[in-house]
Amino acid sequence: MSLLQLEGVTKSFGAIHALQGIDLTISEGEAVGLMGDNGAGKSTLMRIIAGNFLPTAGKIRINGSEVHFNKPVDARNNGIEIVYQDLALCNNLTAAANVFLGREIRKKFGPISYLDHKAMFEKAAELFRELKSETRPRDLVKQMSGGQRQAVAIARTRLSDPKLVLMDEPTAAISVRQVAEVLNLIHRLKDSGHAVILVSHRMPDVFEVCDRVSVLRRGTKVADKQISETSPEEVTGLITGAIENA
Amino acid sequence: MTDTTQKSHAEIDESITSRQEMSGLQAALKTQPFWVFIALIAIGVVMSFISDVFLTERNFFNITRNFAFFGIMALGMSAVICTAGIDLSVGSLMGLAGIVTGLVMQAGYGIGFGFIACMGAAAIVGLINGILIAYVRMAPFVVTLGMLAMARSIAMVISNNKMIYDFGPDQELFEWIGGESVFGVPNPVWVLMILTVVFWWVWRYSTWGRWVIAIGGNADAAKLAGIPVERVIVSVYVLCSCCAGLAAFLLVGWFGSVTNALGLTYELNVIAATVIGGANLMGGVVYAFGAPIGAALMELIRNSLLLAGIDALWQQFFVGLFLILAVLLEQIRNRGRS
Ligand SMILES: Nc1ncnc2c1ncn2[C@@H]1O[C@H](COP(=O)(O)OP(=O)(O)OP(=O)(O)O)[C@@H](O)[C@H]1O
Ligand SMILES: [Mg+2]
Repeated sequence: MSLLQLEGVTKSFGAIHALQGIDLTISEGEAVGLMGDNGAGKSTLMRIIAGNFLPTAGKIRINGSEVHFNKPVDARNNGIEIVYQDLALCNNLTAAANVFLGREIRKKFGPISYLDHKAMFEKAAELFRELKSETRPRDLVKQMSGGQRQAVAIARTRLSDPKLVLMDEPTAAISVRQVAEVLNLIHRLKDSGHAVILVSHRMPDVFEVCDRVSVLRRGTKVADKQISETSPEEVTGLITGAIENA
Repeated sequence: MTDTTQKSHAEIDESITSRQEMSGLQAALKTQPFWVFIALIAIGVVMSFISDVFLTERNFFNITRNFAFFGIMALGMSAVICTAGIDLSVGSLMGLAGIVTGLVMQAGYGIGFGFIACMGAAAIVGLINGILIAYVRMAPFVVTLGMLAMARSIAMVISNNKMIYDFGPDQELFEWIGGESVFGVPNPVWVLMILTVVFWWVWRYSTWGRWVIAIGGNADAAKLAGIPVERVIVSVYVLCSCCAGLAAFLLVGWFGSVTNALGLTYELNVIAATVIGGANLMGGVVYAFGAPIGAALMELIRNSLLLAGIDALWQQFFVGLFLILAVLLEQIRNRGRS
């Protein structure tokens, strides 16, 4: 049984049809690359899976049973973590505070519970180390580079042990060393039975870590192929529309 | 990768994570309240040469008591402003809460009920503000401007436009709380000091405080992170109103009487004090110590002009001047940083 199963997922924003009848499945330990031109609907699909909004039509199943995510926490409670394309960080807070936002580590003193800054700084530092990112947990996000911010957003997905990790262009702004670490992370996630959906415009990344690639064009899925059965040239053709579908 | 490079990586990473950006003092140097505090001291030093009365215990007693009421309200206001909101209704609310307290105590219910009624009235006003802003998504400026008019009007109606000076059986205790002192420090100042420490703790150590600051920074991100943004915003407006209610309770006790004009135009002073204390109207910034320091600066200006023999008509001019200077200072420091 597949971990996540989308059936005819459709999303309209008024007159704009962002997604039309998307079917997609993903199993444990699998990584799917989601590709498509700007505005093809990739982020919209990710946001639906992450519970940002409900689809206009269609079904989402997790381990075979239908779910309705009314808010992001519902998706998180079902084992789905996401790195948003715009990262969704609070500039005025520290890196560690952002990593733990909404899931703060607390200590108890009698009836009073309070933020355990030390534990959060240490755990955040550990996560950044794991990502080989030179991100200081105590720095304000405001003062951080694009790559450091991305590391913060990725570190957030490491707090729980999710079944499915959605990454919306996680490697868009980072250095070669960190891209390798993110790809490494995806490999490790797969090895430990996690599923990953990777949205990326970087063909080599997708071909390195993904088992399958799905292509969206103007809101419809035009291809869903095993990596071993396709080539970067074919995928490029599918994205641009030079190849109708496959 | 060889063993040595791995080790050095680990070492570098270790030094990165444990490196604290700056010491506590350096951090304080970067904050607005610190510089306003320096301004406070400077004005104080100048005044001690100009006036013999300035440094007397009596004058300090008066200054601190006078700004305590504004300081208490500014603590609540800084929470609202931290969410990029504004509450214009706090002055009118003082009138309403003061009259409600007066009516309840005049009817002989005692101070306990008087206090509950005062805070209850404040909480209801804050709840209405908060719900309209958070759930109906109306602009805070408009909602609280409307409430400014409505709360004052209700205070006029229920007071029948009469002054209340009879506070029933607990009159003496009531007047003691607002008007007397313990160990030479006026009671409202004790309240301000305790609340400032409580707020400092809340902003630094409570999850709620962390969430309020996050909402001020990026409400969408806070929402995506699972923070109950609407509920937190409502609670912020209720808190701000309760601070105003508490200030009204103390102020009426000090005056020994209340009219429905209590707190008229106070919202402007409270907002000014909050902004001078380092709050940013764009949200996301809050300092517990900013509220009392901002309120203190405003009262100090008033007091200094008085003692220096300058016409009281100049008072608002200088308050306005310092407000603009404070914001200018903040902008210059921000420009220097980025
Ligand atoms: N909240 C919204 N309201 C209205 N239209 C929207 C909204 N979100 C997305 N859209 C529209 O839906 C379409 C798909 O957008 P989406 O962000 O999913 O594209 P994308 O594939 O992620 O593109 P990119 O590669 O540039 O990130 C676009 O035409 C966009 O304008
Ligand atoms: Mg996108």
